[in-house]
Amino acid sequence: MYRYDAYDETLVRERAAQYRDQVRRRLDGELTEEEFRPLRLMNGLYLQLHAYMLRVAIPYGTVSSAQLRQLAHIARRYDRGYGHFTTRQNIQYNWLRLVDTPDLLDDLAAVEMHAIQTSGNCIRNVTADQFAGAAADEIEDPRVYAEIIRQWSTLHPEFSFLPRKFKIAVTGSPNDRAAVRVHDIGLRMHRDHDGEVGFEVIVGGGLGRTPIIGPTIRDFLPKRDLLSYLEAILRVYNQLGRRDNIYKARIKILVASVGAEEFARLVEAEWAEIKDGSLVLPADEIARIEAFFAPPPFDAPDSDAADFAARRGDDPAFDVWADTNLFDHQQAGYAIVNLSLKPIGGIPGDATEAQMDAVADLADRYSFGEIRVSHEQNLVLPHVRKADLHDLWRALDGLGLATPNIGLVSDIIACPGLDYCNLANARSIPVAQQISNRFADLDRQHQVGELKIKISGCINACGHHHVGHIGILGVDKKGEEFYQITLGGTADENATLGKIVGPAFAADKVTDAVETIVETYVDLRRNGEKFLDTYRRLGVDPFKEKLYATH
Amino acid sequence: MSAQILTANRLDDGVVVYLADDGTWAERFEVARVARDADASADLLLAGEAGERACRIIGAYLMKVADNETPQPLGTRETIRGKGPSILTELGIGI
Repeated sequence: MYRYDAYDETLVRERAAQYRDQVRRRLDGELTEEEFRPLRLMNGLYLQLHAYMLRVAIPYGTVSSAQLRQLAHIARRYDRGYGHFTTRQNIQYNWLRLVDTPDLLDDLAAVEMHAIQTSGNCIRNVTADQFAGAAADEIEDPRVYAEIIRQWSTLHPEFSFLPRKFKIAVTGSPNDRAAVRVHDIGLRMHRDHDGEVGFEVIVGGGLGRTPIIGPTIRDFLPKRDLLSYLEAILRVYNQLGRRDNIYKARIKILVASVGAEEFARLVEAEWAEIKDGSLVLPADEIARIEAFFAPPPFDAPDSDAADFAARRGDDPAFDVWADTNLFDHQQAGYAIVNLSLKPIGGIPGDATEAQMDAVADLADRYSFGEIRVSHEQNLVLPHVRKADLHDLWRALDGLGLATPNIGLVSDIIACPGLDYCNLANARSIPVAQQISNRFADLDRQHQVGELKIKISGCINACGHHHVGHIGILGVDKKGEEFYQITLGGTADENATLGKIVGPAFAADKVTDAVETIVETYVDLRRNGEKFLDTYRRLGVDPFKEKLYATH
Repeated sequence: MSAQILTANRLDDGVVVYLADDGTWAERFEVARVARDADASADLLLAGEAGERACRIIGAYLMKVADNETPQPLGTRETIRGKGPSILTELGIGI
């Protein structure tokens, strides 16, 4: 993984020192809250319902065991012993004191981490496929380019005061696990007809109050042109994006209003001025960054595969876990392991400091010291020998991290919602917990099959409800919490927005409604259809009829 | 006019606080000073502005309460702000 050089080290240290002084001046009264707020937001510090909340950047979801141990230390020392992994592969701490945050940023800097640009109207954390550099279906490791983009976008002087936040995601696989079509810029790596690898450039996707599947503005962009082209996009946005209305300020609004073709033309015109300038990515620079992402020293004997199969045969519980929680690795003898942060009835995406420490130790023992964070709020050990899987599984089980539910109905994405967030209209975590408890029977979950539920506590859609197979949006109706359900959304390479099924459900009815939807699907599915297949075949009507049937 | 109390977040640690009868910023809504008319509410807001100028608190605002023996927050949001997250504590985390 990427290691800081002297410039990076200096940047985060100086930033932490600058922030320390800003906090001092705020506490002394030299800075008003109005002056301080944009400064603390540029370091990812929010004031939420109960306390300050810090969003720590985990670049493209990749973290080392040393870094994860430090994140555990931070949870212990400054928070209440836990952290929350987010839908942008970051970690959030909910219970911070402003007075502690300068020390906290110093502790992050000590392990090459920071909270820079995790809030504010700037380019945010660049996210990528959580299986990057490991997945069998990958063309190339997208993290190389996520890192290049990270460096280009950090403290970019021209793009520090954009009309609104800006989110970029990269996938290196045709199977999109990074949700590129619902980002401000999505980059899909693929080969052109000559076999050269480059990027499809998708601009103007997004969720929130105006969900849009992003259109492609360029089918193929060579690697050398990546930064100059992104610069051109950002310049057009910076110039023409609306600043009069924060609800109309994202790039998706601009692209939709002028049209994708015209937007592409504007970008190409801007790009023509700069494409051969200082932002050209030389091959040797790409190679230098690529070297940081070289594969680890794999070493698995051929017998591992047979051992693994035998273990599955001997241990039914292990077999069930292996069925859902593993993903195919590009290296023979290895597997990608998903650690579920969705225990039955638990809080989606939360991990205790003890769990984080333990995962760091397991990463050192079994995964070359590397951990990933998925935007679906789980953790990943990307490079595990098949021969080690049984021992690893037993260790994870002891930690409560081996629930065999990846991609199943209890693998729910939920934003913090009204239990924590200032922006929320309704709670999302208790709804996730209730649904999870309703489907506690794992045999039942496996029989239902793949079903992605995503819950947001407000229209900002941090829970990605628009792209849930079942999406749930909490709303406030005359002071009561109600939940609007959508069906048929997906964030993958066939990205689709969910369709509202009908009137919203009261809080005490929404779990029943979800169960009705699941049972309707199970009754109507044919020939091993997944939920999405059945929904696409039949549409929303059969579900609507069951949900709103009058008795 | 319904009963109101003044709430804010403490500047140095973000904790939810309420202006108490004795003029201090308390963490419990039960001891909050209750305003039952427009003049009393205006006084609460002035106290909030003073607290902000003194760098004790930020974001002071009036919130409605049930005017019982002790004031009780109304609505889910203020109940959660006053009592903590409502979530189940399966892993022993949260409040």
